[in-house]
Amino acid sequence: MASVTLRNVSKSFGSVAVLSGIDLCIADGEFVVLVGPSGCGKSTLLRTIAGLEEATGGEIRIGDRVVNDMAPKDRDIAMVFQSYALYPHMNVARNMAFSLAIRKERQDVIDQRIGVASGKLGLSELLNRLPKQLSGGQRQRVAMGRAIVRSPKAFLFDEPLSNLDARLREQMRAEIKKLHQDLGSTSIYVTHDQIEAMTLADRIVAMHAGIVQQIGSPLDLYDRPANLFVAGFIGSPAMNMFPATVRQAGTGSMLSIGNVALPLETRVPVSEGAAVTVGIRPEHLEVGRQSGAGMSASVELVEPTGFGTIVHLKPFGEAIKAFTLDRAIAVRGETVSINFPVTYLHLFDPVSGIRLN
Amino acid sequence: MVGRSRLQRIFGGVGLYAALFAYLAFVVLPIFWIIKVSVTPDSLLYSEGIRLWPSRMTFTNYERVLSATDFPRFFLNSLIVSIATAAVVTAVASLAGYALSRFNFPGKAWVSLVLLMTQTFPLVMVIPPIYRIMGQLGLTDNLYGLIIIYTAFNIAFAAFLMQSFCDGVPRDLEEAAMIDGCTRLQAIRRIVLPLTLPGMGATVAFVFTAAWGELLFALMLINSDSQKTFSVGLLTFVGKFAVDWGQMMAASVMALVPVCIFFTFLQRYLVTGLTAGAVKG
Repeated sequence: MASVTLRNVSKSFGSVAVLSGIDLCIADGEFVVLVGPSGCGKSTLLRTIAGLEEATGGEIRIGDRVVNDMAPKDRDIAMVFQSYALYPHMNVARNMAFSLAIRKERQDVIDQRIGVASGKLGLSELLNRLPKQLSGGQRQRVAMGRAIVRSPKAFLFDEPLSNLDARLREQMRAEIKKLHQDLGSTSIYVTHDQIEAMTLADRIVAMHAGIVQQIGSPLDLYDRPANLFVAGFIGSPAMNMFPATVRQAGTGSMLSIGNVALPLETRVPVSEGAAVTVGIRPEHLEVGRQSGAGMSASVELVEPTGFGTIVHLKPFGEAIKAFTLDRAIAVRGETVSINFPVTYLHLFDPVSGIRLN
Repeated sequence: MVGRSRLQRIFGGVGLYAALFAYLAFVVLPIFWIIKVSVTPDSLLYSEGIRLWPSRMTFTNYERVLSATDFPRFFLNSLIVSIATAAVVTAVASLAGYALSRFNFPGKAWVSLVLLMTQTFPLVMVIPPIYRIMGQLGLTDNLYGLIIIYTAFNIAFAAFLMQSFCDGVPRDLEEAAMIDGCTRLQAIRRIVLPLTLPGMGATVAFVFTAAWGELLFALMLINSDSQKTFSVGLLTFVGKFAVDWGQMMAASVMALVPVCIFFTFLQRYLVTGLTAGAVKG
């Protein structure tokens, strides 16, 4: 195992910059998830670390070696592909043995490592099967097995669960986490699925348009998103965002949302009368059955999820969502009252998108 | 199929087999006729009228072809030319196909276009310049000349064929191999090569048959009997006043044998699935 350090890494295809100024230190044994919408550069970054793409600028270190000019084979990393990329003409055992055989490892060592890995992944019965004779979940396991037999310096995962159905994805997600806890391996995991990112990561790297937006623990990103992009991307249902204006009052500020004024204890660092974007997560919005207290809003749509209820509201022109555990909160067409708890409000600059509070 | 009555099914089935049988008869009948004529004694050839099988069979035509003509020599020449052409074309086309499939290089579109253009000229048009070039290089009237010409004319198609087979091998597989510890060449040898074997089989079969049956260039470039391929050799059975049908057909039957053997071995590759199970299926 080893640390992975990126310093000012950039990558462009011709004149198109896909990665710019990426700085990232991944500690030995850490599980880091690169997350972002498609086209944000997360896969390119992973492939650059793997050596499948050449960095245009900056420095990539694995352990204490600079690997920029090293071929993928010399970087001592393992990668799990979205397509699994199992060798179709080799059975499971040979697929898993491939990297060891290439390195001319002794046969008894190979057998022993495959034995351990296949036992861990529940593949012992399938060693003689060809990839085409396996189900999606089994292929996924073989791909994992191929990565772990070699005990590489780091594991790279490129959307490994995207081809699985929802139930299997959940199961494999837990298995990957368990495996990481067992092996303590440095892992870099690319996904566009923010649930995977939240559940698996020690630290999340949120990316957008080739730029790192925020690096932090999953709850950091959830509780204190650094900008509008991260606020909107992390969390499901997504954070509500709507415009408001700030009035400075003494040591604090007043926030006007629609016809409601909310006093904030700390001063928001903007000029008097400035427009801001306010964010609040659906589960933090307080919804009351009676109208009267707070702001009133009409119920546009009710989505029961079983666990709770998502209520679509329209209090002041903006459509917002609230999540509540109260199953019988309201029916469509009713009027409810809503409250914005000040401690859960996120304030952003509407132009730059940067967090203000 | 759903929604067809019993009667429709029966008629459909009969129709299908009738069409297949008609096609098969169309393809097989000429070959059958070659075999029939080759075993018919000369004396019966014109006297029996049109019969499905002669009243007496003989193998003297075969004996005479093998002992009294240069046919064994022609046959050997054809084998040398066809095998060499198939080997060279397959090797070059595999590498070219891989490059066209995997690499982006300046002028790639032009290379493809020029390759394609070589296929658009009628052969008759290029014969005079080729004859002149080959003559000055001293490559007329020998087998090397034929191998070079056949290779040149088959490589474009074979390269496109191999390109499509290489396109069928997902890039992920090679990248996985390179991360697993292979150089690009090792990845090609251990992963791409085994997966494109069916394609190479198809290329070998295609080029071999094309070279085996080629007449135009062989006729033009070869003069001496010692260098003739069998397709040119067949013409020696056509005399000034008569055609020796029996021997010509016997020679033709023997010429069919290598092609048949070839396809028996290669058909396994031609029908094998390519990359089943490599990626999500």
